[in-house]
Amino acid sequence: MLLSVENLIVKYGNILALHGISFHVNSGEIVTLIGANGAGKTTSLYSICRLPPPEAPRVVAGDIKFQGESLLKTRPNEVVSRLKMALVPEGRHIFGNLTVMENLELATYSREKGAQLSEDYARVFDLFPRLSERRKQRSESLSGGEQQMLAVGRALMTGCQVLLLDEPSMGLAPRLKYELFRTLKQLNEQGMTILLVEQNANLALHLAHRGYVLDTGTIAASGTSEDLLGNPDVKKAYLGG
Amino acid sequence: MFKRYSIHTLLVSMGGLLIYVAYEEMISLYILSVLMFMGVNIILSTSLNLVNGYMGEFSCGHAGFMCVGAYVSSVLGVWLFAKDKVFGPPLINPDYALYLFPLIILIGGFAAALAGLLVAIPSYKTRGDYLAIITIAANYIIISAIENLDSIGGSRGFMGMKRVITAMEDIAYLPWMPIWVFAFTIFCIWLIRRYVSSTFGKGVNAICQDEVAAEIMSVNTNKIKTITFMVSSGLAGIGGGLFAYILGYVNPGSFNILKSTEVMVMVYLGGMASLSGSVLSAIFFTILLEVLRPLQIIKWIVIPLMLIIVMQFRPEGLMGSRELSDIFPWMKRFYRFK
Repeated sequence: MLLSVENLIVKYGNILALHGISFHVNSGEIVTLIGANGAGKTTSLYSICRLPPPEAPRVVAGDIKFQGESLLKTRPNEVVSRLKMALVPEGRHIFGNLTVMENLELATYSREKGAQLSEDYARVFDLFPRLSERRKQRSESLSGGEQQMLAVGRALMTGCQVLLLDEPSMGLAPRLKYELFRTLKQLNEQGMTILLVEQNANLALHLAHRGYVLDTGTIAASGTSEDLLGNPDVKKAYLGG
Repeated sequence: MFKRYSIHTLLVSMGGLLIYVAYEEMISLYILSVLMFMGVNIILSTSLNLVNGYMGEFSCGHAGFMCVGAYVSSVLGVWLFAKDKVFGPPLINPDYALYLFPLIILIGGFAAALAGLLVAIPSYKTRGDYLAIITIAANYIIISAIENLDSIGGSRGFMGMKRVITAMEDIAYLPWMPIWVFAFTIFCIWLIRRYVSSTFGKGVNAICQDEVAAEIMSVNTNKIKTITFMVSSGLAGIGGGLFAYILGYVNPGSFNILKSTEVMVMVYLGGMASLSGSVLSAIFFTILLEVLRPLQIIKWIVIPLMLIIVMQFRPEGLMGSRELSDIFPWMKRFYRFK
């Protein structure tokens, strides 16, 4: 088990957001968390990334373990630099007044400069040729799809081994959506572990190996993607019949 | 070769010219003191720009840190090198005053940097308007603390720094204050430029843009905030120390919120995150204050009015976030601002 969340109870102020959920991600897997708005998907990711307040939820009980080691006391920058987990946040959060290249460079902030870096740049530009074309362009002038590519590319440039994605399909045209998911599959085949939070349950389950269905802060169902796709309750609630 | 060293040549000749005219007394003491205040204002506005412009926080207590630097370096200087009613005879032979003077100013800056922690630590969890309130509070805490320290004069102020300068002039007769102000101003601009253009400084810009994104790009935001606040307040302390020695007298009242506002006006006038903008607006603002002096109190209606007009028509300041070299590209041949 690479990453495991154990009985996690999380509060925003007085509001209970997660009522003690458990899930785990194995190395090399694609795991998806699906569920409706407010089910606690983003909260789970933010807790794993240890984001500081005011965004951060407060962990009341339970534990998050990375390779068996609790990361509740880890600083968010260490989650990226030491544990090699990178978040692609909802709403992209790219640095608008920097160019595409500067955004990518910033992601290498705490990495050692060396051959590995140029290899990673090459990989990002190979996955997203569009970014290569727009290297010198200010990133706020990119289209929504290109911004999402930049957000993913930026996360890859941190040298991560686990990619956490929060609603990557949001606001993308259907074709771009499929393209992005194909890229994710490709990354996974190269060895990347992926935890995907997604509203588009159908698409997510077709990509992932396993999935968890979140419902108002609890896990309503879990299993392999085929099981979940075949589960009549899940079908009814999230897959449109 | 010429291009590479042109900026050094320019600075050395400017400094040389300044020392020469001051030494030969070709300019009046009044103009000389205006020039020195210009230097201090450049230090103050560029150092505040580091926090307000580059890091995007809103600090309005800059004068408080200036106050710490001013008092620490004044008291230290008088205690060590001058005969004083309170501190008695000089502790160290005044002959060393010349060599230790920059050190004293730097110690003042260091003390101010420590005072900067007063703002840096709350900034981990507080942002924006709330942090601004904390900075105002910090300014008041510092002033009230000094007002209540009777041993260094309390609200009556502290003086005796002129004797330290005299001690320096006894060793070698040169216009020491203009020399030190010039040197520290250059040091301050150099330091900030290096700071914001370093890899570490890119993290400062990242915090300004989006703190969450900075955090998930492995930027240690707490560390950067601490260091940036400390550098900024430390440089303000250096400016304060020089200010005290130029005037020869300090009192806590001159470092109140009005002074902080004055520095903020300089930053916003020049443009956020523009180093050359801050320098130019500090020069412009110092001259403006002197030109408007005959208006007396009306000055404080005219200057805020100007600020209103600037905010209305150029809310990003006169230079925006651009440097001089972005406006005049030919300058890039001689000097890279970033």
